[in-house]
Amino acid sequence: MHDLFRRYGMGLTYTFVGLTAFWLLVLVILPDFKLLEASFRPYLPIVDVGGPKDTYSFNNYMQIFGNEVDFNSFGLHFEIPARIKVFVLTIFYSAVVTLVTFLLAYPLCFYLAKVASNRSLPTLFLLLFVPLWVSEVLRSFAWYIILTLKGPLNAFLMAIGAIEKEIRWVEGYSPVVITLVYAYVLFMVFPLYNAMQSLDNNQLEAAEDLGAPWWKIHWRIVLPHSKPGIASGAVMVFMLSAGSLLVPAIINSTTGNWFTQTIQGIMMEGQDWNAGAAFAFMLLLFCTVAVTVAMRVFRVKLSDIAK
Amino acid sequence: MNTNRRILGHIYMGAFLAYLMIPLFVMAGAAFNDSKLPTVIPWKGFTDRWFIDLWNDNRIWGALGNTLLVALAVVAIAVPVGTAGAILVNSISGRVRSILYGMMVAPILIPGVVIGISTLLFWNQFSVGSGLHLSVLGQVSYIASFVMLLVLARLQSFDQGLEEAALDLGATHAQVMRRILLPHLYPALGAGAAISFFQSIENFNVTLFTRGGADTLTVYVFSKVRSGITPSINALALIMILITLSAAIWYEINRRRKAKIEAARESEARRAEALEM
Repeated sequence: MHDLFRRYGMGLTYTFVGLTAFWLLVLVILPDFKLLEASFRPYLPIVDVGGPKDTYSFNNYMQIFGNEVDFNSFGLHFEIPARIKVFVLTIFYSAVVTLVTFLLAYPLCFYLAKVASNRSLPTLFLLLFVPLWVSEVLRSFAWYIILTLKGPLNAFLMAIGAIEKEIRWVEGYSPVVITLVYAYVLFMVFPLYNAMQSLDNNQLEAAEDLGAPWWKIHWRIVLPHSKPGIASGAVMVFMLSAGSLLVPAIINSTTGNWFTQTIQGIMMEGQDWNAGAAFAFMLLLFCTVAVTVAMRVFRVKLSDIAK
Repeated sequence: MNTNRRILGHIYMGAFLAYLMIPLFVMAGAAFNDSKLPTVIPWKGFTDRWFIDLWNDNRIWGALGNTLLVALAVVAIAVPVGTAGAILVNSISGRVRSILYGMMVAPILIPGVVIGISTLLFWNQFSVGSGLHLSVLGQVSYIASFVMLLVLARLQSFDQGLEEAALDLGATHAQVMRRILLPHLYPALGAGAAISFFQSIENFNVTLFTRGGADTLTVYVFSKVRSGITPSINALALIMILITLSAAIWYEINRRRKAKIEAARESEARRAEALEM
């Protein structure tokens, strides 16, 4: 701090501090506090705001209960409030997306880091980057076209004789998972590649010379070495998936609702901003807890994820 | 590494690229299909009517204008704010630094829905209604983090001795900033501006909740997908893909040419050195 004054003088230093304070206070922290505060207040007509009815309560949060529906999957069967079910399934399927992106990305990254020739790497990366330049709304839209009942995927599968009758893809959570995997797989690829790239080839050769089978080389050397990359990729993909509104909304599978769609419904169709705030805060709280736990488990720091 | 597995690797790489590209081709193909619904099968013949439809769609041009306006505003705010944050974080150390750093990085991980709703509620209490101005503020809150990270990385390679020297030689603080620090940061500022611009164009979640009645391109495409869609969206998609693709290729060609010049210079230098010996 003292150093800043010496280098840039009073005026510039205060400008830096002022801009940073504007960002962190006005754009990040205070709005989040307002979100928390609003989430405890009732939704009232404008004349009653600030009046005797405007008291703090947990009523908005209680809205997550009620409207019991059947929960009938994974061999379990019980009654559960509809919104809690959506919340739980959103988290579960975001985890599935994260796992699938990891399984897809792992061999690819190993290939890029250890097999591909240095000369072809720039071209390969250029090609990998192409979908990232296409906006997310259009990428989801592409899958919307592919997955329709009379769409190219069913036509292709029938042409090669893999299926007899068209499969209804847009049902339940699978179309959402398929599209999310496509939309976010590259957020797993890049951190994982960075981690694997720093692995010394000699270690692999030594293991091979000593007679380790290929799966053991991966299990004991490559996987532990790529842990920071896996962690940051997983956190990124999980957060993007759980917070995605665009993908589930465009795929629009009526039996595959995402929690963000619940929030959107409350905010836009219900116009109940206070309940919307409560639900948004729940999502924020969950995400914070999830990131913290992931960082503890994998022993990585926020600065590693940010890379 | 035996050859079989190497070949398997090449095949997997090819399959993965196909997986990434095919959806884009499907989407582009549907732009030329003479069918009311966007699809590639059944193929009903080649047409350019979706491009003409797109050209005549006034709402889309309005949405495009809004998107560019918002993106420019985001760049104009996020770049100075993120840079100031990076300089500040770079100049302190210890516990305060890690807390401040954490607060600056965290917005990247906050779900866009949360940012959108909190921005809306916060400004609404001061009677600032929703609209694109709120979208700008909401987007800056997390896009500035990207700028901060880029500038901070660049600051690591900055030699502070240069500033000391300038100050000793009687430069004013403003001169130190303008003539020494900023030129060093230019590459990071440029990259930050580009990332801010594209992140802003991409943004959906924050914009949806804060936009009021105004359209941006993503929101417009989204509303089109929900309510009676025509392949003119595919035409738009194809145009956007082509623009970004040509930008990417131009960038890559530029990069390779520079690398070539660099390599030529290096070999020249080596030859000169060898001659001197």
